[in-house]
Amino acid sequence: MRHLLGTEGIDPADAVAILDTAAGLKQSLEGREVRKLPTLRGRTVITMFYENSTRTRVSFEIAGKWMSADVVNVSSSGSSVSKGESLRDTALTLAAAGADCVVVRHPASGAAHRLAGWLKDVGTSVVNAGDGMHEHPTQALLDAATLRERLAGGDATGQDLRDRRIAIVGDVLHSRVARSNVHLLTALGAHVTLVAPPTLLPTGVGAWPVTVSHDLDAELPSQDAVMLLRVQAERMHGGFFPSAREYSIAYGLNERRLGLLPEHAVVLHPGPMLRGMEIASSVADSPRAAITEQVRNGVHVRMAVLYHLLAHEEENA
Amino acid sequence: MAPRQRGATDPAGERELLSAGDVARTVARMAHQIIEKTALDAPSAPAVVLMGIPTRGAPLARRLADRIRDFSGVAVPTGTLDVTLYRDDLRRGPTRPLETTKLPAGGVDDRLVVLVDDVLFSGRTIRAALDALRDHGRPRAVQLAVLVDRGHRELPIRADYVGKNVPTARSEEVHVLLEEFDQRDGVVLR
Repeated sequence: MRHLLGTEGIDPADAVAILDTAAGLKQSLEGREVRKLPTLRGRTVITMFYENSTRTRVSFEIAGKWMSADVVNVSSSGSSVSKGESLRDTALTLAAAGADCVVVRHPASGAAHRLAGWLKDVGTSVVNAGDGMHEHPTQALLDAATLRERLAGGDATGQDLRDRRIAIVGDVLHSRVARSNVHLLTALGAHVTLVAPPTLLPTGVGAWPVTVSHDLDAELPSQDAVMLLRVQAERMHGGFFPSAREYSIAYGLNERRLGLLPEHAVVLHPGPMLRGMEIASSVADSPRAAITEQVRNGVHVRMAVLYHLLAHEEENA
Repeated sequence: MAPRQRGATDPAGERELLSAGDVARTVARMAHQIIEKTALDAPSAPAVVLMGIPTRGAPLARRLADRIRDFSGVAVPTGTLDVTLYRDDLRRGPTRPLETTKLPAGGVDDRLVVLVDDVLFSGRTIRAALDALRDHGRPRAVQLAVLVDRGHRELPIRADYVGKNVPTARSEEVHVLLEEFDQRDGVVLR
């Protein structure tokens, strides 16, 4: 693997291999004094964030550092980007400065793909850390890792998510997390149901390998997991639903709805959460929710991704 | 299939170095040697743990622990230590999958750790294992037990317990077969 740009068309065997590596790293780092591995010593990882982020940027930085890579963070403010440098020139500059891997978050869908094209000849790997409303593959991988671990209730090495039922609820239209999860979870054999008001579903959703529903209560009893999406006010220009309160009543996961889920079902949220909007505060803090585990697994999954991209012989592609 | 003659070359170009019975006797002898050298059954004995290096070092460590318990009555804890992330040759091949690391209860601090592996060759795996071990704690001492020492060391490393020394050519491959993975015990040269 040279780049991780998305989960669309991902080889299920590659995905399971990354999940297995992440689980191995987690198990190997558990409870030890020195949480540092020498594996990527001498490799340089540069994160380029053109959009705000806490968990993803920090998670990549910790992942790189725990693998002994040198990690440099670049943000759009405080860099030459604010002087008007193009994405292409910034990327080529960072590659010339010695980046083995560029982790990019950008508000434009497709930015990571363009970057990979520009860096084709220099041998730098590109990881998509979220591009507009398109994809966020490492988030989907950490969601899958969390689901696999929770649902297996033990060692899940080599397993996929065959025949698991997962509902993705809320603002699918603006969500790169939803897109990446649909592709990854279905590739891993899971059955995905999207639950959202019609205004928050993308056109062309009919072509996706999913079931679509507008009735959350009806779907909950048959699910192994529910993934709630943040209502992305910053990407909404217009009335997608009458009011926050009405959205919350129709699509928010509250105590009553938690009771409709099977006993073993897991509640996921990619964060940042809007408590009281898509998820009730008590649900977010309940033991059924795996939200902090998702963040913890995020570090191991990103370590695994860096390992799969950087710790093997050069491919002569 | 007729029983294989030791030293005979079969049509696949495989020569048997140790039979299943030889492997059992060799493991038993190594267990005696570990008991003797570490004096683990003495009243002031050091706390010994056996750490197998996956894949085949792991079951070997468990077999050694079983024999040690049979011979001395002392239950020696075992664990596994994956060295993949510490290897110096990761960039010389495709992505390697990780194996399991499982420390014995109580960890390795102040214990006498005996690393167990199937074949000692360049010594690079053991170098990686020593680095990995250092990140898990500070053992009182570290020793090395291998079923086969085939020579061709590239680092100043030697084993404390050797099942069998086998002179080999660099191009040859020594394979330790264990029932846990290979449906039979034995050591063959290919």
